[in-house]
Amino acid sequence: MTVSKVWPSAREAVADVFDGAVIMMDGFGGPGGMAQELILALRERGVRDLTIISNTAGLDSVSFGTPGGSLPVNHGILVANGQVRKVIASFPVSASPSRPTSFELLYREGKVELELVPQGTLAERIRAGGAGVAAFYTPTGAGTLVAEGKEVRVLDGREHVLETALKADFACIRAWKADRLGNLVYRGSSRNFNVPMATAARVVIAEVDEVVEPGELDPEVILTPGLYVKRVVVRRHPGKIYTREQGAAS
Amino acid sequence: MTTKPRLEREVIAMRVARELPDGAYVNLGIGIPTLVSNYVPEGRVVIYHSESGVLNCGPLAEEGEEDIDLINAGGQFLKKAPGMSFFHSADAFGMIRGGHIDVAVLGALQVSEQGDLANWMLPSRGIGNIGGAMDLAAGAKRIIVAMEHTDRDGKSKVVRRCTYPLTGRRCVDLVVTDLAVLKVTPAGLELREVAPGWTPAEVQAQTEATLVIPRDVPEIAL
Amino acid sequence: MSEKERLSRELMALRLARELKPGMVVNLGIGMPTLVSDYIPHDGSLVLHSENGVIGFGPTPREGEEDPNLVNAGGGFITLLPGGAFVSHADAFAMIRGGHVDVAVLGGLQVSEQGDLANWLVPPRALGSPGGAVDLCVGAKQVFVVMEHTTRDGKPRLVSRCTYSLTGARCVSLVMTDLGLFQVTPQGFLLREIAPGWTAAEVRSLTEAPLAVGPELVEVRA
Repeated sequence: MTVSKVWPSAREAVADVFDGAVIMMDGFGGPGGMAQELILALRERGVRDLTIISNTAGLDSVSFGTPGGSLPVNHGILVANGQVRKVIASFPVSASPSRPTSFELLYREGKVELELVPQGTLAERIRAGGAGVAAFYTPTGAGTLVAEGKEVRVLDGREHVLETALKADFACIRAWKADRLGNLVYRGSSRNFNVPMATAARVVIAEVDEVVEPGELDPEVILTPGLYVKRVVVRRHPGKIYTREQGAAS
Repeated sequence: MTTKPRLEREVIAMRVARELPDGAYVNLGIGIPTLVSNYVPEGRVVIYHSESGVLNCGPLAEEGEEDIDLINAGGQFLKKAPGMSFFHSADAFGMIRGGHIDVAVLGALQVSEQGDLANWMLPSRGIGNIGGAMDLAAGAKRIIVAMEHTDRDGKSKVVRRCTYPLTGRRCVDLVVTDLAVLKVTPAGLELREVAPGWTPAEVQAQTEATLVIPRDVPEIAL
Repeated sequence: MSEKERLSRELMALRLARELKPGMVVNLGIGMPTLVSDYIPHDGSLVLHSENGVIGFGPTPREGEEDPNLVNAGGGFITLLPGGAFVSHADAFAMIRGGHVDVAVLGGLQVSEQGDLANWLVPPRALGSPGGAVDLCVGAKQVFVVMEHTTRDGKPRLVSRCTYSLTGARCVSLVMTDLGLFQVTPQGFLLREIAPGWTAAEVRSLTEAPLAVGPELVEVRA
């Protein structure tokens, strides 16, 4: 039997994403590590009431980690398009209040919800979700707004906050290369949330530059074994950075 | 009095850099802290950690050589450096919370005399970015704050109690401002050094918190 | 009655292997469960997972080709199939607890009619090694047990209640013994297939727990 998790297109790979779905998607902030073609396909599909779990709420008003100062396509286009009901993130707004993101504008109007999570807690909640750990105690956020309403316990002489695991219906992640069994390798500083997210969703869809045959990826450097991955989509334009203007046209 | 020259951002960074021991693993926040890497004293090696998942961050990439898969936590493009390693976010923060980062240098909106830190939200905006700051506040072995002593309206950022939402409680060890170097002690904030030309009394006048002022307070030396 | 021929270890392994379907991620325990790997296709259609962090391994290597860095959780030498990968111990167990392993095939000392499993401590010995079995019981989507039907002293291992220390509660769904194949149902044990030459009454007499028999009882065949 030949196993192949490679799907013909981003559009088909997201065809079963439903209204109200919880979707994890990475991108530390810039286009590196961001599954841009899957995001464009989600916008085309038009699903609504999505809950997005990501480091940012779509930094669509500033040029973070993007050469040439352009504005990259990220999940901000889904927020701007009214498809997102809630975001779980650590970095929901731009650093400068004078350049508000789509998310901040809608948040001020009360049209989107925010669950604000410290970045390390976010990563750990996702890792816990994928690892079958329902909750854990962390010192992060003790004595701050983040701890409000949560169980706080003194462990090892310090206050710790109980944080629960995060899981999702889908994870749209970005890797560098895959084989057709779904094994993934990543590039540079774009591992970020992609690696833990690849373990924490029911359907994990990986957008990659290239698919190779099993055995061609060095088993010593595979970071995400294929058992986590359901679908692999090869980018139509491997090296391309989609900017908001180009994204709108495609 | 307030027209006396204050320290430039670069000088604040220079003073902070002296605090970094040889061989230390250091995380630098955005703003003044980013400048610190330019001033590490000769002969010392400091290894920088970035929440974007990079250890041993070196210099920034030249224009035209930017790689979107090689950025620091501020979104700046890095050059590939020998000995660099990459890791995912759960591990990047595992390093922080696990006590493997010796020093974090952070910017701040307010620091209290107990060492509380507020640096993620201006209440007037109603929304803010926590990012990695709370994990650093909880996990780095030593927190140094680098900031201006007063805000744009001339209000002291060194306060008795933070009025802005906290990033962490009792986490700051040292504060370097454009007027002074302050050490958080059980007795309160101790004035360790003053900016050239400033007297301890003049610094106290710019500070909401009551400073512990030793008999001799030297000028900041670089 | 007890002199009747029971199923060989090989036949038990072969029969149980048929329960493993393409696409499944499977963990095989030490002992008889390891034999199951001789009867599954090694073409990548089924992924073998090992607690020591080998994902997608193949058959035993030829003599002289053993690699000490390529062993399974039982310490046996294995080969890696194309597309195989390595993970850390923490990640291997994250896969288990996180629900990414479809079937764990484990050895057993006792299985109760509720699906409780005892497989790590034999009284009167005071010490035992649960190893990864406790995690597998909690995390694998299904747990299959392969074991002899009775102890060396002829005592039944399919029991109403385990008297040995438990590895996991209500986790076993299928048991392969040398007398047959048993499903654990909400009503207790159901005999699905029987060793050739044996009657249900004979099997029942060697089983402590009540035993239901399906309408179409067939013999275990190679």
